[in-house]
Amino acid sequence: MNIVNLNMTEGRSVPFVFEENVPVKMRSQAVSLFYDKVEALKEVTLSILANRITAIIGPSGCGKSSYLRLFNRMNDLIWNAKVKGQVFLDEEALYDPKIDVVELRKRVGMVFQKPNPFPMSVFDNVAYGPRLHGAKETGKLSEIVERCLRQAVLWEEVKDKLKGSAFALSGGQQQRLCIARVLAVDPEVILLDEPCSALDPASTMRIEDLMQELKKNYTLAIVTHNMQQAGRASDYTAYLLMGELIEFGPTKSIFTYPRDKRTEDYLTGRWG
Amino acid sequence: MHSQAIELTSMRESKPLRSRPKRDRERLVRIVLAIAGWMTVVILALIMIMLFVEGLPIFAVTNPFSFLFTSQWFPVSDPPVFGILSLIIGSLMITATALVIAIPLGIGAAAFLAEIAPPPLREAIKPVIELLSGIPSIVLGFVGFLLLAPAIQRIFNLDSGLNGLTAGILLAFMCLPTIVSISEDALSAVPREYKEASLALGATRWQTIYRVLIPAARPGIVASVMLGMGRAIGETMTVLMVSGGRLAIPSFITDPMSAMTARIAIEINNAVFGGLQYQALFAIGIVLFLITFSINLVADLVLEKQRRRYA
Repeated sequence: MNIVNLNMTEGRSVPFVFEENVPVKMRSQAVSLFYDKVEALKEVTLSILANRITAIIGPSGCGKSSYLRLFNRMNDLIWNAKVKGQVFLDEEALYDPKIDVVELRKRVGMVFQKPNPFPMSVFDNVAYGPRLHGAKETGKLSEIVERCLRQAVLWEEVKDKLKGSAFALSGGQQQRLCIARVLAVDPEVILLDEPCSALDPASTMRIEDLMQELKKNYTLAIVTHNMQQAGRASDYTAYLLMGELIEFGPTKSIFTYPRDKRTEDYLTGRWG
Repeated sequence: MHSQAIELTSMRESKPLRSRPKRDRERLVRIVLAIAGWMTVVILALIMIMLFVEGLPIFAVTNPFSFLFTSQWFPVSDPPVFGILSLIIGSLMITATALVIAIPLGIGAAAFLAEIAPPPLREAIKPVIELLSGIPSIVLGFVGFLLLAPAIQRIFNLDSGLNGLTAGILLAFMCLPTIVSISEDALSAVPREYKEASLALGATRWQTIYRVLIPAARPGIVASVMLGMGRAIGETMTVLMVSGGRLAIPSFITDPMSAMTARIAIEINNAVFGGLQYQALFAIGIVLFLITFSINLVADLVLEKQRRRYA
C-alpha cells in the first residue's frame, strides 16, 4: 500500500514513492466522466492519502472540480453526467448502486468556491448539519456550534453575533463559517473546491493555516488554480490537463522536478 | 507601436459631444415611461374613488356594523335590509377551501418541477400547467356543474352537489397554475449554492427542499399564494354557477352558499341606477377590495421584515 505505482508513469522507470505507513483514504481507478457525449475526465487513477492535503491543479476547464465532486457524488446533481470506472472511500466502491449517498456525504464534506452560507443566523448555519442528523437539544447544539467555530478559528470573531445573519460576515469569515458547518457533521474527508478564489490574501492565509491544523484529524483534497497555494499548502499535487491526469506526486518533487514537459510548462507559466 | 496607436486614435473622426437630438429623445423616453408608471397609480385611484363614491352613501341608511355583521339580505323589500355576513362567510369559506387544496398541491408541484424533474420533463410540463390558467372560468364552471357537482353529491350523500366544496375545488384548480408557475420560478431562482451546500452536508432532497429552498424562496411563494388567493376571492362566474347561491350563514362547507362576487353579479342588472340596492352592491365591492388590500398589505409587511433580516 505504501508504494503506489501509477499507470501514468508508464515509460518512465521511477515509480513514485509515497510515505510509508500512510493509508490510502480515497482513490479513483480509471475513472471517466461524461456530460452527454463529452468526456470531461479520462481514466483518472489517483490515490489520496489519509491525513494529508492533496492539491489538484490545472487550467480552467481541465475537469479538476468535476474530479473532486466524484468523491461525494455531487455530480449526481447534473442529470446528464455519467461515470465510468471506480471511486473508492476506504476501499468501498462509491458508485455501487447500494451506496447511500446521504451517508457518504456525511463522511465526505465539501467547501465550495464561493462562500455559500444559508440565509440563516450564524448559529443555525453551523447547527444545520447536526439538526439534520437528529441533534435537538439546545445545550448539545450550542456545544457543537462552539467547538466547530473554534476549530475553524472563527469563534472569537462571531461569539457575540451568533444570532445575527451569516450574510453580515466578511467573505473570509463566511468561508470559515462554511468550514465550521462542514466540521459540525463530523466528516472524515473535506473536499475544498477553490475555497480561496473569492477571498483576499489575508483571508486566504488564514484558510491555509486552518487547513494545516485540520489535516491532523481529517483528510483534505483541494482544487485550486493558484499554483503558489498548491505549493505552499499541499503535501501531494496532481496536475490535470483537459481531463487527463498528467502528473501526480509529492508536492515538493512536482514543483522542483516535474517529470512531464506539460507540467513544467504549466508551473512556469509557459504552457500552451 | 505605441505612437502608432496614438496616431490612429487621433485620426478617428469623433462625433460632437453636444448632440441635441439624442438628448431630446432620451428625455422623451423618460417622460413616456413616467406617464406609463403613474398611469397605473392614477387608474387604481380612480377605481377606488368610484367604488367609494357609489358605495359609501348606503351607510347613511344602514350602519356599517349591521351591514357587515348581520345576515338578513332583503334589498328590495320595504324597508330594505342589507346584511352581508352570510356573503362574507361564504366567500371566505370557499376561498379557504380553495387554498387548503391549492397551496400544498401547488408548492409540491413547483418543488417537483424545480428540483426533482429532469429538465426535459420540466420544459414539457410547465407550459401545460400555464395553459391551464387560460381556461375561461365559465368553461371550468361548466365542468364543475356537469361532472364535479354530481360526484360531490354522491360522495357526501347530499341533497345538492352545488355547494361551497364544489366551488372551492374548482377555484383551487383556477389558482393552481398561478401558484405552481410563480413558486417554481421562485424555487428555481434560489442560488444553486444553497442546494449544493445542503446536499453536501448529507441532507436528503426532501430536507433540502423544506429546510433551505422553500424558506429561501418564501417571498416568491407567498406572492404566488397571494395572487392565487386574489384570483379565488375575486372569481365570480364559477362560484355563481356551482356554489348553490343560498343566502344564509353556512354552517358547513358542503352547504349551499353565496359569495360576495356572485351576489353582485346576480343583482347588479336589476338594481336601479343610484338606488339603495345599487349602493349596497357597491359597498360589497368596497368590502371585497378592503379584504384583498389588507391581505396584500400584511403579506408585504411580513416579506419586507424577512428581507431586511437576511439582506
